[in-house]
Amino acid sequence: MDTLLLSFVTFAPAIAASILLVVARGEDAAADLVAKRFALAATSFTFLVSLFILAQFDASKTGFQMVEEADWIMGLKYKMGVDGISILLVMLTTFMMPLVIAASWGVKTRVREYMIAFLFLETLMLGVFMALDLVLFYFFFEAGLIPMFLIIGIWGGAKRIYASFKFFLYTFLGSVLMLVAMVAMFAQAGTTDIPSLMIHQFAFETFSILGIQIVGGMQTLLFLAFFASFAVKMPMWPVHTWLPDAHVQAPTAGSVVLAAILLKMGGYGFLRFSLPMFPVGSEVMTEFVFWLSAIAIVYTSLVALVQDDMKKLIAYSSVAHMGYVTIGIFAVNQQGVDGAIFQMLSHGFISGALFLCVGVVYDRMHTREIVAYGGLVNNMPAYALIFMLFTMANVGLPGTSGFIGEFLTLVGIFQVNTWVAMVATSGVILSAAYALWLYRRVVMGDLIKESLRAMTDLTRQEKMIFAPLIIMTILLGVYPALVLDLTGPSVAALVENFHAVTAEAGLSNKIVASQ
Amino acid sequence: MIQADLNVILPEIFLSLFAMLALLVGVYGGKDRLSVPLIFATAGIFVILAFMVSGSSNGTQIAFKSMFVNDGFARFSKVLILIAAAVVLIISPDYLRSCKLLNFEYPILIALSVVGMMVMVSSGDLMSLYMGLELQSLSLYVVASMRRDSLKSTEAGLKYFVLGALSSGLLLYGASLCYGYAGTTNFEGIIAAVGDDNTDVGLLIGLVLILSGLAFKVSAVPFHMWTPDVYEGAPTPVTAFFATAPKVAAMALFARVMHDAFGGIVGDWQQIITLISLLSMYLGAIAAIGQNNIKRLMAYSSIAHMGYALMGLASGTAVGVGAMLTYMAIYVTMNIGTFAFILTMEREGQPVTDIASLSMLSRAEPAKALAMLVLLFSLAGIPPSLGFFAKWGVWNAAINADLIWLVVASALASAIGAYYYLRIVYLMYFGQEPQEALDQCRAPILSSVMGLSAMIMVVGVVSLFGIEGAAKEAANTLVR
Repeated sequence: MDTLLLSFVTFAPAIAASILLVVARGEDAAADLVAKRFALAATSFTFLVSLFILAQFDASKTGFQMVEEADWIMGLKYKMGVDGISILLVMLTTFMMPLVIAASWGVKTRVREYMIAFLFLETLMLGVFMALDLVLFYFFFEAGLIPMFLIIGIWGGAKRIYASFKFFLYTFLGSVLMLVAMVAMFAQAGTTDIPSLMIHQFAFETFSILGIQIVGGMQTLLFLAFFASFAVKMPMWPVHTWLPDAHVQAPTAGSVVLAAILLKMGGYGFLRFSLPMFPVGSEVMTEFVFWLSAIAIVYTSLVALVQDDMKKLIAYSSVAHMGYVTIGIFAVNQQGVDGAIFQMLSHGFISGALFLCVGVVYDRMHTREIVAYGGLVNNMPAYALIFMLFTMANVGLPGTSGFIGEFLTLVGIFQVNTWVAMVATSGVILSAAYALWLYRRVVMGDLIKESLRAMTDLTRQEKMIFAPLIIMTILLGVYPALVLDLTGPSVAALVENFHAVTAEAGLSNKIVASQ
Repeated sequence: MIQADLNVILPEIFLSLFAMLALLVGVYGGKDRLSVPLIFATAGIFVILAFMVSGSSNGTQIAFKSMFVNDGFARFSKVLILIAAAVVLIISPDYLRSCKLLNFEYPILIALSVVGMMVMVSSGDLMSLYMGLELQSLSLYVVASMRRDSLKSTEAGLKYFVLGALSSGLLLYGASLCYGYAGTTNFEGIIAAVGDDNTDVGLLIGLVLILSGLAFKVSAVPFHMWTPDVYEGAPTPVTAFFATAPKVAAMALFARVMHDAFGGIVGDWQQIITLISLLSMYLGAIAAIGQNNIKRLMAYSSIAHMGYALMGLASGTAVGVGAMLTYMAIYVTMNIGTFAFILTMEREGQPVTDIASLSMLSRAEPAKALAMLVLLFSLAGIPPSLGFFAKWGVWNAAINADLIWLVVASALASAIGAYYYLRIVYLMYFGQEPQEALDQCRAPILSSVMGLSAMIMVVGVVSLFGIEGAAKEAANTLVR
C-alpha cells in the first residue's frame, strides 16, 4: 500500500492555497467570487479524496495503516499514517472544511487572504492527525496557530487584537513545554517515531526533585509537559479562559473550525501520546484530571447560564463538553475512550452547527447579545427547527449523537470513579438548563422587537450548509456503530496495553498502600 | 616552509591585497564616485573567495607554527561570513545613497573587517586571535560612526569603541594570564597545560577574562549594553552587517577557543556559558517588548538569539557545536532578510524605524508584508519555518548534555519572546490605519533579497541544502 494518499490529502489544500496566493489577483467582487469558488472546490475535492482513505482503511487492524515514510532534515523522519483513533478526526476535518468555506460566503474584506488562511489551516490540522513523528506532529500542531491568529486578528470582532494575542500566547506557552518534553523523549528513546515510542517504556521510578517526591518519575514529568499543551488546547479548566475570548471575537467560520476541529487536537493528543507513551504517568495523574474535568463540567455550565453573548455561552458549553471527553479518555476503558472519541466527533458537528446558527442571526442583526433577540420562531420557522435540533443534540437528547457520547463517557467513568461520575452527570442537567434557556430567549415567545421583523428565514444556501450536519448528528445518534466499529479495535488495543503496563508497574497498589 | 604557510592563508592575503588596492584606487581615482562599483566588486570578491574556501582541500592545514588553522570548522564559518558580508554589501547602496553616505571607504572597511574575521575563526594562537579580533573591531568602530553629522551615529561609534576597547583589554589580560600560567600562547600548548585535573587557578581566571571579552563580541548578557545603542545609531546597512557576519565570527571564535584551548576543562566554562546563555535569552525576550524602534528591537532579538546559539556551545559536545553552526547559518539568513525589509522602510525618501509606521502594511504591500510575516515567525522559532529547526537543534544538543533545566527555561523565554514578533505581525495585518503610508518599495535588490530569505525559511524545511551535514562535519573537526 505504498500510495501517497495521506500526504496528498494533507497537502492538497496547501497547494490550492499557494495557487491562490501566487495566481489570483485583484480585489473586486469578481476576483473574490473566484477565490471563494476555488477554495470551496479545493476543500470539497480534498473531502472526496479523503473518502478513499476511509474506503481503504481496514477497521479490524489495530496498528497504523497507509504509512508513508521518508527522510527529512536534521535526521528527522517524515512519517504519516492513520489508525482507528485518528481516521475519524481526519474525516471530520475534511468534512467540515467545505461547510466552513461555504459559511464564509458573506465575507467581504480581503477574501483571497481569508481563503488562503483557511486552506493552509486545513493542511496543518490534517497533518496533526496523521503525523507519526513527534517533530512532524509538533510542526503541524504549532504552525496551525499562525493562520488562526491571523483569522481572529484580521476578520474578528471589536476586541480581536486582545483575543488573538491571548489565543496565540496561551497555546504557544503550553506547547513549548511539550516541545521540551519531546526533546527529552528523543534524548531518552533515541527516536521520534510515534509507533516506536508507543512501545518504548519510559522510566517511572519515583525520584525527588528539590525534596518533592515525584511518583511515576520521568513519565509523570513528561505527562505534565504534554498535559500543559493539550489541556490548554482542549481546553480544560482552569486554562480555558482564552477560548471564550477567541470564540467571541473570531469570525463565524473561525469559531466553527476552532470548536469543531482545533479543540479536538487536545483530546487526540491525550489518546496518541499521554496514554500509550506515559501510562504510568497518566495513571498517577488520573485523579487530578478527573476532578479538573468534573469541575470544568459543573463550573463552566454554571458560567454558561449567566452569559449574555450567544457565542460566549456556546463557548463555555464547549468547555463543559470537552470535560466529558477528558473524563472518558482517562477512565481508560472501552466505553470511556470510545465515548470520548465519539463525543469529539459529535461535538464537532453540534458545536460547529451551533456557531453557524449564531452566525445566521449575526449576519442579519450584527449583534450576538441574547437580549437583542426573541420570538424568532415567528418569522424564521426553519431556523427555529434547526436551532432546536442542535440545542437538543447539545443537551444530549437520545436520538442525537450528543447522547451517545455523553452516555458512553459516563458509563466509562462510573466503572472507575463513582463520585466523579456523579458530579459529571449533574452537568447533563445544567447543560439542559442553559441550552434550553438560550433557545427560549432567542427563538420562543412573541416577536416584540420591531428590528427583528425584517429578519428573513434561512436561505437555500444556509440550509444546504446545515443539511450535512443534521444528517450526521441524527445518523450517528441512531446508528453509533458507524463510528464505534472503526474505533473499537484500536481503542481496545490501547486500553489493553495501558492496563498491562500499569499492572506491571504495580503503581496503583503502591499509591493505595502509601495513603 | 613559508611557501606552504602562505598557501594556507591565500584567501586572506588575496582579500587584504584587494582592500589595499581598492584604497589606492579610491584615493587617487574617483573617490566617492567609485563607491557603488567598489561595493559590488567587493561583494563579488567575497563570493569568489567563498567558493575558493569551500572548494579548497579537505582536512586540516596548519600554518605559521599552528598560529593559523584552516580546518573544516574554519572553512564553514568563513563561507558563512563571506556570503553574509556579500549580501549585506549588495543591499546597502540604496540606503547609503539616500542618506548621502556613499563613501568609498565603506566597502574597504567591510573587506578589512572580513579579513579580521577570517583570521579570527582560523586562529590557533592567542596572538593571531587578538590580531584578527582587533582588525575586525577597528574597522567596525569606524563604520559604526560613518554618519559623521549624526549625533546618534557618532555616539554609537564612540560607545562601541570605548566598550570594545574595555573588552579587548579584558581579553588581553586574560590572554596574558594564560600565557603566564601555560607558558605559551598556542592553543595546543594551553590545552596540554589545562588538560590535567589540577588546573592552575590563574589559568581559570584567564579563561574567565577571555570569555568575557568574547561574550562582549557576541553581545551576550551581561556584556550586551552596547548592542541596542549601536544598532540604533549606526546606518541601517551597517547594523545589518553587525547583526550577521561579526556575530558568526565571534561565535565561531568562541567555540574555537573553548574547544581548542580549553577543551580539557569543559565543566569549568560550561557553567559560565550556560549562565550567560540563559541571561541573554531572558533579557532579549523581555527588553524587546517595550521597544518601538525596529532596530533596537532587532538588537534585543539578536541578544536573545545569541543566547540560543550559546546553548549549543554550552552543551560542550560536537553535536552542540554543529547545532550552533546550523543555528548561526539560519540566524544570518533570516536577519539579512529582516534587515533588507528594514532598509525598505522609508517615508518620502527618508528612512523610518518606528514600528508603528508598519501599520496595515499588508494592504499597501501584501507581498512584502507576507515575506516579513514568514521572517518574523521564523525569528520567533515557530514552525513551519526554519527558525524552529534551529531551536530544535540546540535544544537537542543541550538535552543530550543533561541541561534539561536550561532547555525548559529557554522554552519559556521563547514564548515570552514570541510576543514582540507577533506585535509586528499584528501591526502589519490588523493594526490601525496609518496616518502616513510608507513609500512603495522600488528597490528590486532589497525585495529579492527579502523574498529569497523568506523563501529559504519555508523551503528550507524540506531540505537544508546540505548546510546541516556540513555543520556537523565542521563541528567534528573542532571537537575531538
